[in-house]
Amino acid sequence: MDQSGDDLDDAVPISALQHYSYCPRQCALIHMEQTFDENLYTLRGRAVHEQVDMSESRLEEGMRIERALPLYSRCVGLVGKADVVEFAVDGTPYPVEYKHGPRRSSEHDDIQLAAQALCLEEMTGREVSVGAIYHHSSRRRREVAITPALRDRVKSMVPKIRDMLRTGQLPPPVADERCRHCSLKDSCQPHTVAAKQRLHRLHRALFTPEDECASS
Amino acid sequence: MRQLLNTLFVTTPNAYLRLEGETLCVEVEREKRLQVPLHHIGSVVAFGDVMLTPAVLRRCAQDGRGVVLLDRNGEFSARIEGPVSGNILLRQAQHDAAGNALTALGIARACVVGKLRNARQVLLRGAREAKNTEDTQSLQQASRLLANQIRKLPEVVDLDLVRGLEGDGARIYFAAIPLLIRANQRKVFNFERRSRRPPLDRFNALISFLYTLLVNDCRSALEGVGLDPQLGFLHAVRPGRPALALDLMEEFRPIMVDRLALTLINRGQLTEQNFESRVGGAVYLSEQGRKVVLTAYQQRKQEELTHPLLEQTVAIGLLPHVQARLLARTLRGEMEGYLPFLTR
Repeated sequence: MDQSGDDLDDAVPISALQHYSYCPRQCALIHMEQTFDENLYTLRGRAVHEQVDMSESRLEEGMRIERALPLYSRCVGLVGKADVVEFAVDGTPYPVEYKHGPRRSSEHDDIQLAAQALCLEEMTGREVSVGAIYHHSSRRRREVAITPALRDRVKSMVPKIRDMLRTGQLPPPVADERCRHCSLKDSCQPHTVAAKQRLHRLHRALFTPEDECASS
Repeated sequence: MRQLLNTLFVTTPNAYLRLEGETLCVEVEREKRLQVPLHHIGSVVAFGDVMLTPAVLRRCAQDGRGVVLLDRNGEFSARIEGPVSGNILLRQAQHDAAGNALTALGIARACVVGKLRNARQVLLRGAREAKNTEDTQSLQQASRLLANQIRKLPEVVDLDLVRGLEGDGARIYFAAIPLLIRANQRKVFNFERRSRRPPLDRFNALISFLYTLLVNDCRSALEGVGLDPQLGFLHAVRPGRPALALDLMEEFRPIMVDRLALTLINRGQLTEQNFESRVGGAVYLSEQGRKVVLTAYQQRKQEELTHPLLEQTVAIGLLPHVQARLLARTLRGEMEGYLPFLTR
């Protein structure tokens, strides 16, 4: 794995980490197959992100606030953008990721935040020990400690994603509870792809036309 | 399941389309004729001299809302595309499949079996509804001949022979079509054989117009899932020809066009006055006739059918999208072969 030099061609998008931790196939559909289907959740998410997507830099009570800040880590091989980064007076960055609603599982969000923290550490030379997820629907911030365990999760996931994107291999569908809320369900067709037997049965009957009486 | 949105067909010459907030306005001679929320519209199809503001074009392209320009007769002239780059891995798989004789043969065969089986259902339905035993028997006979063609398909190992079976099947099918036209309409719709470029009778004019609409829908569906509509398996590659869209269209011809054409005729929704003849014998739908057909086509697309593989109901208008996706999944090696949509 060559991560020397300025070539970030192989860098993994930070958003891919969140997708991959939720479902590797979802990650592949978005980042490899370039699939993008909208559902209620993605539309809400987009509306929230439109509010933070205008890049700007301003001062608020002595704190510098950056919106839509480009992020990168040459060491880990990551690129992306932070919704909001608050820089304390001493220059310590504090990333804030915007989410449209309270979701059940937070691990995927935390991983994304940890990846942002790793980038900010490399970019600023300062330790980022904490960040926050801002839940738009409840207007609440949930503070997340960037623990060693979370950092390790990021570092072990990045090469897996990079390999997947490099080989172009589409992981099989999970076809479980996760699919219910997934915006890519129509494209992924988890249950159709998984229904090998039904497909096989229909294939076997393909060249056998139904007789005249049966179809009436 | 994805929602089937309306296609806005604009047929009035010199109509002017512009955005007003989140709505699309259609004006004719500075008078507002129609105002629809953008989120109700899945695509815009403009016939002949229709003007669209740059804002309309840009907004539609951004949202992935198709904009297609056809000439007055419905022939394709242009399409406005958004920034979607498509799926290069899928296109690569498509090219590999087209270069592999066995894979290409399998897909071509699936397209033909879809067409012939659905065509056969049209004949069988006609046989059940026929007014006299003579017609019933002729239609049953034709459907038996079609069944023979279908059974021969899996043994055929050469693409040209698959095309041969398809051609013979189409001849058997179209020879039986006049029996599906009600006796009192057979004088006006005296269909004998398929003629295109130009259509030489009213039935041909009608189905040719509908096939043009269908091929556009198939093309959009393929582009929507990231396939290259020009690289086909059954239809050979030819510059400017949407060969894959023609492949995908085969299974839908009987369901989405032929059945609809017969209904329009048998219910008397189209009459002699809805057609125009040109010197030399070419026949086209009139402006008014096109409106009748477009409305009926839109309604037909809203009807729902059960999809045997998905095991759920799907609006007919979405079937090209669903099948394009199944084709994409097949090409990416996730399914054992392409399975066409079969109607009952």
